[in-house]
This record gives sequence, structure tokens and C-alpha cells, in this order.
Amino acid sequence: MKNWWLISLWLFSALAMAGVEVHEFKTPEQEQQYNRMVEELRCLVCQNQNLADSNAELAQDLRQEVYDMIQQGASDKEIIDFMVARYGDFVLYRPPLKSTTLFLWIGPFVILGIGVLVLLFHIRKRRAAQEPELNEAELEKARQLLNNDRNPS
Amino acid sequence: MWRYLAPLGIFIVLVIFLSIGLKLDPREVPSPLIGKPAPSFTLPNLKQAEQMINPDDFRGKVWLLNVWASWCVSCRAEHPVVNELAKTGEVIIVGLDYKDGLEEGRQWLRQRGDPYIASAYDEDGRAGIDWGVYGVPETFVIDKKGIVRYKHTGPLTMKDVTDTLLPLVRELKKEPA
Repeated sequence: MKNWWLISLWLFSALAMAGVEVHEFKTPEQEQQYNRMVEELRCLVCQNQNLADSNAELAQDLRQEVYDMIQQGASDKEIIDFMVARYGDFVLYRPPLKSTTLFLWIGPFVILGIGVLVLLFHIRKRRAAQEPELNEAELEKARQLLNNDRNPS
Repeated sequence: MWRYLAPLGIFIVLVIFLSIGLKLDPREVPSPLIGKPAPSFTLPNLKQAEQMINPDDFRGKVWLLNVWASWCVSCRAEHPVVNELAKTGEVIIVGLDYKDGLEEGRQWLRQRGDPYIASAYDEDGRAGIDWGVYGVPETFVIDKKGIVRYKHTGPLTMKDVTDTLLPLVRELKKEPA
């Protein structure tokens, strides 16, 4: 075959693009743990990406760090503690409930509560406005109008 | 009356929150290291690879750790400030050459001046991870007991040096070792 090299180029072209990082794991559980961790941890350089998505050099280093720790049998908690000790709660997409993060966690519910209260207040006010007091003569007139409507002659 | 005042009130509160938000720097991540012992490392001196540098070497002194790299553009802007700071002679500055090439790092110091009493050469960035470095340049202030007392992220300006770093260093020098 003359064009064997062309075919081989075509066959191996995917490797050129896939050559970012290849990690081998001893067990599927370790691989799952790795994927879970790099999803959970935030990249500090490009702040709206997690470690898994980021291509920043620091993210690559931290992925390697997570991989090494998993190889040594570290638990999820150990990995997260390691990262938090160095980069603070900021590396977590789900920060722990502490006095400094209290507003972050309950804030939305407080605002929702205020919204519901304002809504209830408004509904009550509108309902009161919609029921005007009528005197006997006006009621009689209304009854007549309604009856006329009901029995069109 | 309320019908007009309430939206105005909400608008003012929003403006206040948004203007606070504008002034906050999202890149400023508070360091959990403050108040904790300086993370240890043993790294070769950039200029003399046979000499090892360890944070314990500076125990009993107030010192700065300035993280830099020859590939870091902001460090270029910061370097003259670090040179000026070194000239005051008020504090010793240790460099941490983060994920740099040996020759590039040495050349940087030759060309731009060397304000550091020594630069630890952190080739693979492991020491950087232990110090929670996420954006070079970064500057840490370490007290006599070896506790990290302050961290500055991003390039130092002369204003940072005169308003924050030097007053803090003078305070820390008064503390017992």
C-alpha cells in the first residue's frame, strides 16, 4: 500500500489532540474518586471553572496532586482538607456552613421569605380594595341587572 | 406615597450592593495561611544550586517571601518596587522562583537586579502549592516565630510598600522572638 503513511496519520490524529493527560487507576473506584474530586474543586486562576475543565497550569498541577493523593489511598476528606488548608474555602464549590458563609447559605431563603410576605401583603390589600361597600339600593340595582342578563327576553 | 418610595428604596439598596461589588476584587482570595506556621520547603538556591534554603533558616527574623517567575508579566512591573524595598534595608526578602527555568531565572536577576538575600528555586511548583500560590506575584510577611502574618496577591506598588508592608514589618519587629 502506497499511502500507508497517510492512513496511519489519519489513524493516529486523535492521539495528537488527546495527549493532554492520561491517568491510570488501579481500580474503577479510584477513577470515580478522581473524577468526583476534580469536578468538586474549583480552579483558582480561572475562577468559574472547576479543576476538571480548566487548562490553567495550576489546575494541571492540582489535578496531578489529586491523582497522586488518590494513588496513596487518600480519602475525599483528606484531599479536600489538603486543598482547603492551602487555598481556603474558595476551592470548594460548596463551601461549608460557617459564620462567614452563613449569609451565602440562608440569604436566598431570607430574600424569598421577604418576597412572599410582600406578595401576601399585596394580595390582601387588593382583595380589600375589590370589595366595596354597597348600600341596599345599589345591591337591588345590581340584582336587577344580573337577572336581566340571565333571562334575556 | 409608598408606591413611589418603595421602588426607589429598593433601587438605592441595589446600587449600594452593586457599588460594593464593583470595588471587591474577585481575584483576592483570602489566604487560610494567615496566623499559621509558614509551610516548610527545602529547595536549592537559584544562584548556587548546592546551597539549600528552608524557611526555618530565617527563624527569629521578620522576613518577606516574594513569589516570582521570569515568565510572569506582572512580576516585571513589580520588580523595581521590590528592588526599592530591599534598598530600605528594613526587611530581608526571600524569593521563590516559581515554575521557572534555571537559566531564565538567573538571567532575570542579572538583568533586573537581585533584591533577594536568596531565591529558592521551585522548579515543579510543589512549594508553591503548599503556600497556596495561585497567581504570581505574591508576597507573604512572616514574623519572628515563623508565622505567616500577611499576604499580598498581585504586583506590589510603592503605595502597598509604604502604607502596608513597612508599617507591618516595623510592628512585627517589636514582637519578641
